[in-house]
Amino acid sequence: MILYDYVLSASCYKVRLMAALLGTPLTLRAVNFHPGREHKSPEMLALNPKGTLPILQDGDTVLTDSADILRHLTADHPEWQSSDDDRWLDFASDLNDSLGLARLHDVIGYAADIDTARAAGVTALRKLEAHLTEQRFEGLIFLTGKTPTIADIACFPNTALAPDGGVSLDPYPSIRLWMRAIRSLPGFIEMPGIHRLHELAHPA
Amino acid sequence: MNAAIDNHWYPVAMITGIDAPRETLLLGKKITLGREDGTCWVLDASGAELPTVERFGHLWTSPGQPNRDLFTIPEADNPGRRLVDVGSVKVKCSPLRAVENFLDIAHFPFVHTDILGAEPHTEVDRYDVKIREEVDEVWATKVKFYQPQAAKSAAGGITTEYMYRVPAPTCSVLYKTCPPRPGEWDIITLFVQPLTDEWCEVWPWMALYDDDSTMSEMVSFQQLIFMQDRSILENQIPRKLPLDPGMEVPTQADMTSVAYRRWLKKIGYTYGAQLVAA
Repeated sequence: MILYDYVLSASCYKVRLMAALLGTPLTLRAVNFHPGREHKSPEMLALNPKGTLPILQDGDTVLTDSADILRHLTADHPEWQSSDDDRWLDFASDLNDSLGLARLHDVIGYAADIDTARAAGVTALRKLEAHLTEQRFEGLIFLTGKTPTIADIACFPNTALAPDGGVSLDPYPSIRLWMRAIRSLPGFIEMPGIHRLHELAHPA
Repeated sequence: MNAAIDNHWYPVAMITGIDAPRETLLLGKKITLGREDGTCWVLDASGAELPTVERFGHLWTSPGQPNRDLFTIPEADNPGRRLVDVGSVKVKCSPLRAVENFLDIAHFPFVHTDILGAEPHTEVDRYDVKIREEVDEVWATKVKFYQPQAAKSAAGGITTEYMYRVPAPTCSVLYKTCPPRPGEWDIITLFVQPLTDEWCEVWPWMALYDDDSTMSEMVSFQQLIFMQDRSILENQIPRKLPLDPGMEVPTQADMTSVAYRRWLKKIGYTYGAQLVAA
């Protein structure tokens, strides 16, 4: 499987992370999204007329939506899917349109109404915090249950990268515990802005 | 006006990225820049034309009257090098903090884990630092460090040798062992545009020997490294770089940083700096 990848993209990281957790090898093709705008080049538009990343190519199948890609990667791994995933995959889009947009604005100068983007991001984080707190009352740490699913992988990157867009995660203890649970998963990989757990990897 | 700050050259754009006139900030003041018939121009807030230099793929300007030409990197002109426009990243930190971080080796195993450093190889051996008075630049030489993946072109771990050069207050040039050509230096620069004293736009640029990687792979590698630094930079306290001792306690590994701060104080470069220990 080939992933057309941009190293700083939260959505591309969803795919890299999911594949790493599954132990599924991916061939990465670096795309110069910034500053090169290579995702809008004729070669890339031929592959994906929408001009977006990520793009996953698996034989004759070409997928360009990160939720579809997560479902595709886990097609033979039912433990990574739940009947509740759909609402969280939609919620992941809200995170991308708010926190994700604020991050692109602050980091690489994307045009955005930054106050509106951050405010929508905070609204989304409050919903996420409320849900994860309810889950903790039930003794559950992940979004849909005791074990992680594609719902968690879809929502994790833009949440964890919120500080890149000027939105603090300090007010959300349940979100921070949930992020720690994801970072503790066997096979977890980092991306710039999301660090690995040094302290747990090497206990004193 | 403060000549010690204004009379320097500052990067304000990647030349190939200028498609329409646009506004940006330099030292807290609005400027406008653009490109017509292949020539770049910059105007200050009053509409007056500012001096320009086009070099290293970037547009440089100055709000003052620079008393010398923008520095050069003669080695970058060697045939066979690939010149890499990395693009820019904005960071909410003092421009001097961004440069200082670039000069630091000790954070590699912790921030750039398994790439530019790895535990347990955390010790920074003694190296040489001096302010070269004749050119008015800070230089650190004979810096050696074990790196699991020193560059996109590296096939495995190597002990990399570094030379650091600070030719201008908000710029640094790094010469490091080139993995495919151990007798040559790769050149990696950090050009910092001070938007304000606590906000900057960072323009990395590279001149590498690498015949295998795609341009996109080389850009990705450097963006990955710099974005690993960004979240650290945005959380450094105090926000401004202290130039007087007392606030932060340096160790032997920080000799370059000590020389950089001493040099900034000597030349009176105080933008983004904190002068009295709090």
